Amino acid sequence: MLNVSNLQVSYGAIRALHGISLNVEKGEIVTLIGCNGAGKTTTLRAISGLVRSSGGSVSYEGSDITRVRPHELVRMGIAHSPEGRGVFANLTVEENLELGAYARSDHAAIAQDKEKGLTLFPRLRERLRQQAGTLSGGEQQMLAMARALMARPRMLLLDEPSLGLAPQVVSTIFQIIREINAAGTTILLVEQNAHMALKVAHRAYVLETGEIAMEGPAQELAASDEVRKAYLGVG
Amino acid sequence: MPGDSSPREELAKLSARPVSKGHSPCPRFLPTPAYRVDTLLQTLKDGLTIGSLYALIALGYTMVYGILKFINFAHSDIVVLGGWLSLITATAIVEKLGLTPGQIPPWWVGPLVLLIAMVACGIIGFTIERLAYKPLRRAPRLNVLITAIGVSLFLQNTGQLQFVFGTRPRAIPQLLSDQTLLQIGNVHIRLLDLVVIGTAVVLMVGLEWLVFHTKLGRAMRAVSFDVRTAGLMGIPVDRVISITFVIGSSLAAAGGFLWALSFTSIKQPADTSWVLLGLKAFVAAVVGGIGNVRGAMFGGLAIGMLEVFGQQYINPALKDVYVFAALIVVLLVKPGGILGKATVEKV
Ligand SMILES: Nc1ncnc2c1ncn2[C@@H]1O[C@H](COP(=O)(O)OP(=O)(O)O)[C@@H](O)[C@H]1O
Ligand SMILES: [Mg+2]
Repeated sequence: MLNVSNLQVSYGAIRALHGISLNVEKGEIVTLIGCNGAGKTTTLRAISGLVRSSGGSVSYEGSDITRVRPHELVRMGIAHSPEGRGVFANLTVEENLELGAYARSDHAAIAQDKEKGLTLFPRLRERLRQQAGTLSGGEQQMLAMARALMARPRMLLLDEPSLGLAPQVVSTIFQIIREINAAGTTILLVEQNAHMALKVAHRAYVLETGEIAMEGPAQELAASDEVRKAYLGVG
Repeated sequence: MPGDSSPREELAKLSARPVSKGHSPCPRFLPTPAYRVDTLLQTLKDGLTIGSLYALIALGYTMVYGILKFINFAHSDIVVLGGWLSLITATAIVEKLGLTPGQIPPWWVGPLVLLIAMVACGIIGFTIERLAYKPLRRAPRLNVLITAIGVSLFLQNTGQLQFVFGTRPRAIPQLLSDQTLLQIGNVHIRLLDLVVIGTAVVLMVGLEWLVFHTKLGRAMRAVSFDVRTAGLMGIPVDRVISITFVIGSSLAAAGGFLWALSFTSIKQPADTSWVLLGLKAFVAAVVGGIGNVRGAMFGGLAIGMLEVFGQQYINPALKDVYVFAALIVVLLVKPGGILGKATVEKV
């Protein structure tokens, strides 16, 4: 469904990605784990066109999207929930949700999807008219995910949904990631929390300083010595 | 601002009157309460008029700053352009209709002139953004700022060319009758006052509705908060920026049109009167809270009132000083502007 091949990105003189390749099949949860600064966010940004790649290509459902602009990708079915959530603090929760559906005009279906999102994240329902900036970190993460779902994506890019959240909230978020996937959305999940990410994902890639160091089924990676040592802090 | 003479001047006139011998040397009548209410009303009316002009123009500064985070120095030159285009279109229409000077044209001429000026300036604003600012989207903000100054100088100097607007002041043909609609004491509420304030209010209410109650407005607020994330929502960011320039520039044109209607002559494009108008509107935007649409409207009215009240009740010579003093005070006390809020980011 999504194919990244030999993707390279530089920020000025800094080379962030040295040519990485990965693929995500329809219906999967694939996770990209790695330390801070490994290039995970850069990978997602390059896929959704927020940064320009200097080499390599990205294709989605058979068509080349390497140079496609972010807002056009949304129409093609890719939603990206960015690092740090990116909720619009100056807008209400409801306005944030409706912005998620900006590219759509099927009003009845949008209303339905809003309802679905609020069922998935009941906390948001009580706060619909509140400014998004007044939400707690966990609630903002829920809003960011619900908002991304409002685009009715076939493919969801999630950048560190667990960042800075209390353990209780983290497990709720991962539970919901599973539910979203079960309902038919393919997910590319970027995480530093390798423990949780490897639990929910089908397959995983390990990114180290701009290169793919390991890949394979999530359970296998979780059992491997290198990953256990470096990312799960055991052994 | 045009207005009746101040109470000071009235008093001066009274005391200059020859006092016949045998009578008390006191003035024959002191200002009565009614007289003071007149002055107050007149000042309020003047403040409202000039304040709504400032507000219209301030909106353009604030909208562009809100989205692109730079001060569009060329904005005041769009106001000039709007004023001069109104003058030229109005003159052409009046000539076409074969009216003799002083004859009032049909009612639709004013709205038509306003519409033409707004559309023309909208197109010019769009073009300026495309040619001058869009290529600098990823450049440091200082570069954009310097470009804006360049655009401003270009517009001023082109405007002064003999075959464009020239360097001599001219007057817009009379589009409205001088009739007084309502007289309260010495205060005449003319058709012109109503048109100026009414047009400004209608445009501002329309903008408020657009920004806070439409899908486009929501997108504008989103882009102004975070351009990148706005793109991820499927918002065509470049188009939203273009639309912002078009709206800001047409509001500036309306400001120029109303300014031209209000004064007997409008000055050449680089004249101080225009520079001061643009500068005060900018102060209004900052005082209200730059980037904040409601702040610009509020700031415009506040600055207009401050200027006119200071002129009337304190010292007319210092009317520009009040405005810039207000700027300094606001920047010291509440740097984000009166309606601006400190941005709080949660991690
Ligand atoms: N906007 C930027 N400008 C310059 N360097 C950047 C920028 N964003 C990221 N980098 C660098 O690129 C590398 C990868 O960063 P990032 O993709 O954010 O990593 P991760 O998401 O895995 O923590 C890091 O070395 C980081 O310092
Ligand atoms: Mg990151």
